[in-house]
Amino acid sequence: MRRATLLLLALAACEMADQPRYDAYEPAPLFPNGASVQPPPEGAVARGYPARAATLATRPPLTPALLDRGRERYAIACVPCHGIAGDGDGVVPSRGFPPPPSFAEPRLRAAPAATIVDVITHGHGVMYSYADRVAPADRWAIAAYVRALQTSLGTPAADLPEADRAKLAEAGR
Amino acid sequence: MPQIFTPSADTWPRVGVGLGIVAVTAAILLGAGLVQSAYVTSVDWVVDQPVPFSHLHHAGELGIDCRYCHAGVESAPNAGLPATEVCMTCHSQIWTGAPMLAPVRESLAKGEPLRWNRVARLPDYAYFDHSIHVSRGVPCVECHGRVDEMPLMKRGEPFTMAFCLDCHRDPAPHLRPPDQVTRMDWSDWTAERAADYGRRAMEAHHIEPSRLDDCGVCHR
Ligand code: HEC
Ligand code: HEC
Ligand code: HEC
Ligand code: HEC
Ligand code: HEC
Ligand code: HEC
Repeated sequence: MRRATLLLLALAACEMADQPRYDAYEPAPLFPNGASVQPPPEGAVARGYPARAATLATRPPLTPALLDRGRERYAIACVPCHGIAGDGDGVVPSRGFPPPPSFAEPRLRAAPAATIVDVITHGHGVMYSYADRVAPADRWAIAAYVRALQTSLGTPAADLPEADRAKLAEAGR
Repeated sequence: MPQIFTPSADTWPRVGVGLGIVAVTAAILLGAGLVQSAYVTSVDWVVDQPVPFSHLHHAGELGIDCRYCHAGVESAPNAGLPATEVCMTCHSQIWTGAPMLAPVRESLAKGEPLRWNRVARLPDYAYFDHSIHVSRGVPCVECHGRVDEMPLMKRGEPFTMAFCLDCHRDPAPHLRPPDQVTRMDWSDWTAERAADYGRRAMEAHHIEPSRLDDCGVCHR
């Protein structure tokens, strides 16, 4: 009897460590493609879609918080190709990826912020869409930050305030 | 009547009992060593992957942020492993013919996900959530080690209960500014700086270590 109980306990311990359920990434032979995470069926509308669509349609007011968020998200999603300064001088183009245009190009300076949001949403040429990883609100934040980069790309160092020039010299060294 | 037992008859049982005690003691000591050993906790072991993906190359040398590929880490319990399309944002143009990347192209063509073999995993009875740790400023390196120096992914820390509890009972020295959680090298932070920042962060987030070792936090 005691032995049976021990055996049951041992079995239970194994069961607990690998419970009969599909976790994320676990193979799931039940489905044709064998994955536990299934793509949504065609025509499915994601929960919260109207709210996201509304966020995407309306440009938020420009605030320091929006720019900060934009800088952080730009560093994650865009810097590998477009570079920290936005001149298209990222590390991935240096390894053979077609170089993206500099944001300082007159055509891109003239483009409205919604165009940048649209490029993030749908991609452009060889650049893929980032819609799966950059939330609608963050797309506007990045667009605002790209505007800031465009300003900085066109500003001669001599026009900067004294304090910023000192910082620039410090960073250059 | 002849003696049944020779004078040395109980020598062997005695030796037996002695050896038994030694064996049991050794087993306990070895066992204790074993449960903490790399063999059991899998620390530093690499496993075969369908594609020899290198964090050293991508996160270290190219400097790609962890969140480019593990996009759920700030908002969800799971960090998320990158979809094949994420690899293709770059590899549609570079290393396009490399045999090493053939499984990636095949996965894209067939619409079947790549089957990565998991390295950092907890048993099903333990609950973990990335988003709370990331929002409180526990950096990736605390739990996954120097990922940016790993040519092949391996477990950086033993995911034992003691590992979790050591921090939960005194999180302060481990906390960092949440906007820098993916930073790997913190060698410029002295112990005093970490302690000072940690104390303020504990107050700001109202973190209570006395609550964080309740069994129900991780076993729910
Ligand atoms: C993998 C490299 C890569 C990443 C990452 C990337 N881009 Fe691009 N981007 C490109 C390339 C290459 C082009 C040029 C595409 C072409 O003309 O075929 C481009 C073009 C653009 C353009 C100009 C489109 C036009 O009308 O000419 C904008 C704006 C842009 N990217 C914004 C972004 C933003 C914002 C992000 C971050 C969310 C980002 N990109 C991330 C490679 C990248
Ligand atoms: C942001 C761009 C980018 C993304 C995303 C990316 N890679 Fe790479 N990868 C590169 C670059 C650039 C190189 C070449 C490095 C060099 O030339 O030193 C490379 C090289 C490689 C190599 C061969 C070189 C080596 O030894 O590492 C493999 C294999 C590879 N990548 C796999 C992957 C897989 C799998 C994914 C998706 C999970 C992925 N990559 C996502 C940019 C990227
Ligand atoms: C270019 C995409 C990419 C980047 C950038 C990246 N990873 Fe990964 N990561 C992957 C892929 C693909 C896997 C699965 C294959 C493997 O284990 O090597 C993975 C696996 C992992 C795992 C193991 C998961 C498991 O249980 O098997 C951890 C932990 C991890 N990454 C942490 C990080 C951290 C921390 C960073 C930032 C320093 C980072 N990754 C940057 C693509 C990436
Ligand atoms: C407090 C410890 C801790 C921190 C901090 C942490 N992780 Fe994890 N990570 C874990 C544990 C534990 C698991 C295994 C979870 C499981 O199996 O349920 C894991 C799993 C993963 C996985 C694979 C499975 C998944 O969750 O999708 C990836 C990728 C990953 N972590 C990346 C990261 C990145 C990137 C960071 C930093 C932004 C990070 N982790 C920070 C403990 C941590
Ligand atoms: C380096 C420090 C550290 C490590 C290691 C760590 N944690 Fe945490 N954990 C924290 C902090 C800080 C919090 C946030 C507490 C708060 O805000 O009240 C937290 C919160 C949690 C929570 C949510 C608690 C709640 O109810 O709100 C869970 C679940 C959790 N941790 C599980 C784990 C598990 C499982 C492990 C081991 C694999 C682990 N943690 C390792 C620091 C850590
Ligand atoms: C901070 C998270 C955390 C808390 C709090 C916690 N545990 Fe655990 N526990 C874990 C993890 C993670 C494991 C899995 C360890 C492993 O795989 O080696 C575990 C494993 C266990 C096991 C299985 C041990 C084994 O060797 O198989 C038991 C039993 C257990 N915990 C009981 C408890 C009890 C009782 C409490 C409350 C006093 C508690 N735990 C509190 C994280 C936690």
